[in-house]
Amino acid sequence: MLRQLELSCSVSTMFSTIPCFCKRGDIIVADEGVHWGIQNGLQLSRRTIVYFKHNDMDSLRSTLEKIMTKNKRSKNLRRYIVAEAVYQNSGQIAPLDEIVKLKEKYRFRVILDESNSLGVLGRSGRGLSEHHGVPIEKIDVVTAAMGHALATEGGFCTGNARIIDYQRLSSSGYVFSASLPPYLASAAITAIDVIDQNPELLVKMKQNIALLWKGLSDIKGMSLASNHESPIVFLKLEKSSGSTKEDLLLLEKMADRALKEDSLLVVSSKKSFLDKCRLLVGIKLFVSAGHSDTDLIKASESLKRLASELLLSPNLFFLFITSYVFFFNLLSYFIILDDHVA
Amino acid sequence: MITIPYLTAVSTYFSYGLLFAFGQLRDYSRLIFDWCSTNNLQGYAPICLAHEDFYIRRLYHRIQDCFNRPISSAPDSWVDVIERYSNDNNKTLKRTTKSTRCLNLGSYNYLGFGSFDEYCTPRVIESLKKFSASTCSSRVDAGTTSVHAELEECVAKYVGKPAAIVTGMGFATNSAIIPVLIGKGGLIISDSLNHTSIVNGARGSGATIRVFQHNTPAHLERVLKEQIAEGQPRTHRPWKKIIVVVEGIYSMEGEICQLPEIVSVCKKYKAYVYLDEAHSIGAIGKTGRGVCELLGVDTADVDIMMGTFTKSFGSCGGYIAGSKELIQYLKYHCPAHLYATSISTPSAQQIISAIKVILGEDGSNRGAQKLARIRENSNFFRAELQKMGFEVLGDNDSPVMPIMLYNPAKIPAFSRECLRENVAVVVVGFPATPLLLARARICISASHSREDLIKALKVISKAGDLTGIKYFPAAPKKQEEEKDRIKLD
Repeated sequence: MLRQLELSCSVSTMFSTIPCFCKRGDIIVADEGVHWGIQNGLQLSRRTIVYFKHNDMDSLRSTLEKIMTKNKRSKNLRRYIVAEAVYQNSGQIAPLDEIVKLKEKYRFRVILDESNSLGVLGRSGRGLSEHHGVPIEKIDVVTAAMGHALATEGGFCTGNARIIDYQRLSSSGYVFSASLPPYLASAAITAIDVIDQNPELLVKMKQNIALLWKGLSDIKGMSLASNHESPIVFLKLEKSSGSTKEDLLLLEKMADRALKEDSLLVVSSKKSFLDKCRLLVGIKLFVSAGHSDTDLIKASESLKRLASELLLSPNLFFLFITSYVFFFNLLSYFIILDDHVA
Repeated sequence: MITIPYLTAVSTYFSYGLLFAFGQLRDYSRLIFDWCSTNNLQGYAPICLAHEDFYIRRLYHRIQDCFNRPISSAPDSWVDVIERYSNDNNKTLKRTTKSTRCLNLGSYNYLGFGSFDEYCTPRVIESLKKFSASTCSSRVDAGTTSVHAELEECVAKYVGKPAAIVTGMGFATNSAIIPVLIGKGGLIISDSLNHTSIVNGARGSGATIRVFQHNTPAHLERVLKEQIAEGQPRTHRPWKKIIVVVEGIYSMEGEICQLPEIVSVCKKYKAYVYLDEAHSIGAIGKTGRGVCELLGVDTADVDIMMGTFTKSFGSCGGYIAGSKELIQYLKYHCPAHLYATSISTPSAQQIISAIKVILGEDGSNRGAQKLARIRENSNFFRAELQKMGFEVLGDNDSPVMPIMLYNPAKIPAFSRECLRENVAVVVVGFPATPLLLARARICISASHSREDLIKALKVISKAGDLTGIKYFPAAPKKQEEEKDRIKLD
């Protein structure tokens, strides 16, 4: 029987859940592109963590093989796979059916973060398991933040009765923290009712995603790096300058101009130095069922225009800097030479 | 420091021993029973090992009805507690539609903002209509509204620091901010009874952690001297940064920290002071500005001030206040600011309105009245409880009053007895407190009237007599004293 536990902050859901179930000697296999909340939970659990390549099932398979050959004898060793349904840092969707096949073959448990897939994927918005046709009982722990599709705050964790009962005393974000304000809990309940009664919202959102993809498929200088069904449309630079800082400055400039010139609010990736995720930075577009077709067409036109203006023309700023440095060095060399001669 | 009487310690150990023995017996019989039935999860390691959730299954479940009680009204001085029943010996509890009106001694409602307020609530509803329940975005993306900006200025001004940053949850504030401030090569010296959020944040930062005896500046000085002399482990290089973390009011003890002495020790050894005012902001001090105001410490001497809005302001979320450079740095790097959904706009409006009421900026003197009332109520209640012979922890002026229970059987007995008389109290046991030191924690509010407190005292006294928790001799009553005087005369 599935039960649920609610917490009052989205980012604390994962970092309260993971340390509960991981003790000395346990092994966690996590995707390298997981968000900071999960990374913090993994760090707080202080167990062996092995990262596999972002959303790469072959890498996951070989990692699981390696772990199983090393630890054949330990029966009480708990093994987990931690993944996100829709990755916040890249917009990729995890292939849950393959993960479940691997989990059953190697006897791992799955902890899935469905923050960006709840209310989005699946015919009735029930998330990644419905999307891939996997029975929800096969996933051991599901957590999600409610600040996305449900438009409230906080997060929750579901699992079978024993898991949730255990968390009532050992999940630090649940025990040592104040609960969610009641009006936000009511908002979440109403949001779920609205999604249940209005499946056309999901259809509209999927149509919007497809429309935006169509509009941005021929954008110059950038490419679409997310899954075509993901509500997070991720545009990455085709030619990275090699430095994350430079890329971020360029993307920020693009976002600023989009806001000033076309009243279009887009966001670029933000990274804290604590975040260990090494995925590429880019511009993130969050699609909503509330967007109209004209809005999305206007947005794609605006981004295409800005991309061709900012990304394709030779980067004059760099040309200026390099030529300035070159001539400055040349000048100083001649001055020194002059001094020597004099 | 709590010193447990010898006889009580022996009986508490005995009780736990008995509970443990019975729990193990039940586990063995369950094992035999389970052998006969098949398990479809062959080959998987059990997600909860038997000994890990032993405490929950065999001890906590038996008294589960005393915890997690759902309420169906605002947490004012009186609250509607929903009745629950169980068909399987407390393993699962089902809610009924009936509720009982109880005197609320368990909510952190220090200034009475937990229910409808004539100034705050209409403004919150306006803000809900204008901005909706959630911003659906982190602060750096699209989650900052004019209300958030106003809130940060308001909080900084109230606390007495140049700038502040606000996050959506108090627990996440500590856990996400401490790793940004200090990393490997740094030293965190934390009070032994600090809250779990601080412990989580300190562990997540990677810095070395040392603990000093609870609220003892002399021991803090010794630890600082030793650590500075030794330097970093293995390399013995000087520490990159030293942060001393203390709390304003310790939530499980009700004690106020000895801030002036701790600040002078830190100044001497050039360590930073991080003050967590979760329970003290808004509740103590002449204008509610917390422990700095109460003890006369200049806010410029405390480097980082942290607090939460859940207790005195009737909202949710946490803040960090400090210098402009610190806050600017945090805004660039703090994960709670970059990744977590921002604080809900109506909650932010509630905090702004509550601060305005406290400072009298709403045009009335309700704020000053509330602060005076909570001080009066706390001191009166504490004095009366001590006169009755209860072992009450905490300092004067602190609205948090833990009453020691010790014995595990007294936890449900006290709680259920009080509920029967329509008084809702919170009892705390392991793991929130050490195993032997279970207690009932009373939180006084400015909205409690004198009659409420007298009723509460009667009920607690009766429950105390029944459960035998009056560990100290009761003070002789005044009439008896007068009688004696007359006799001698």
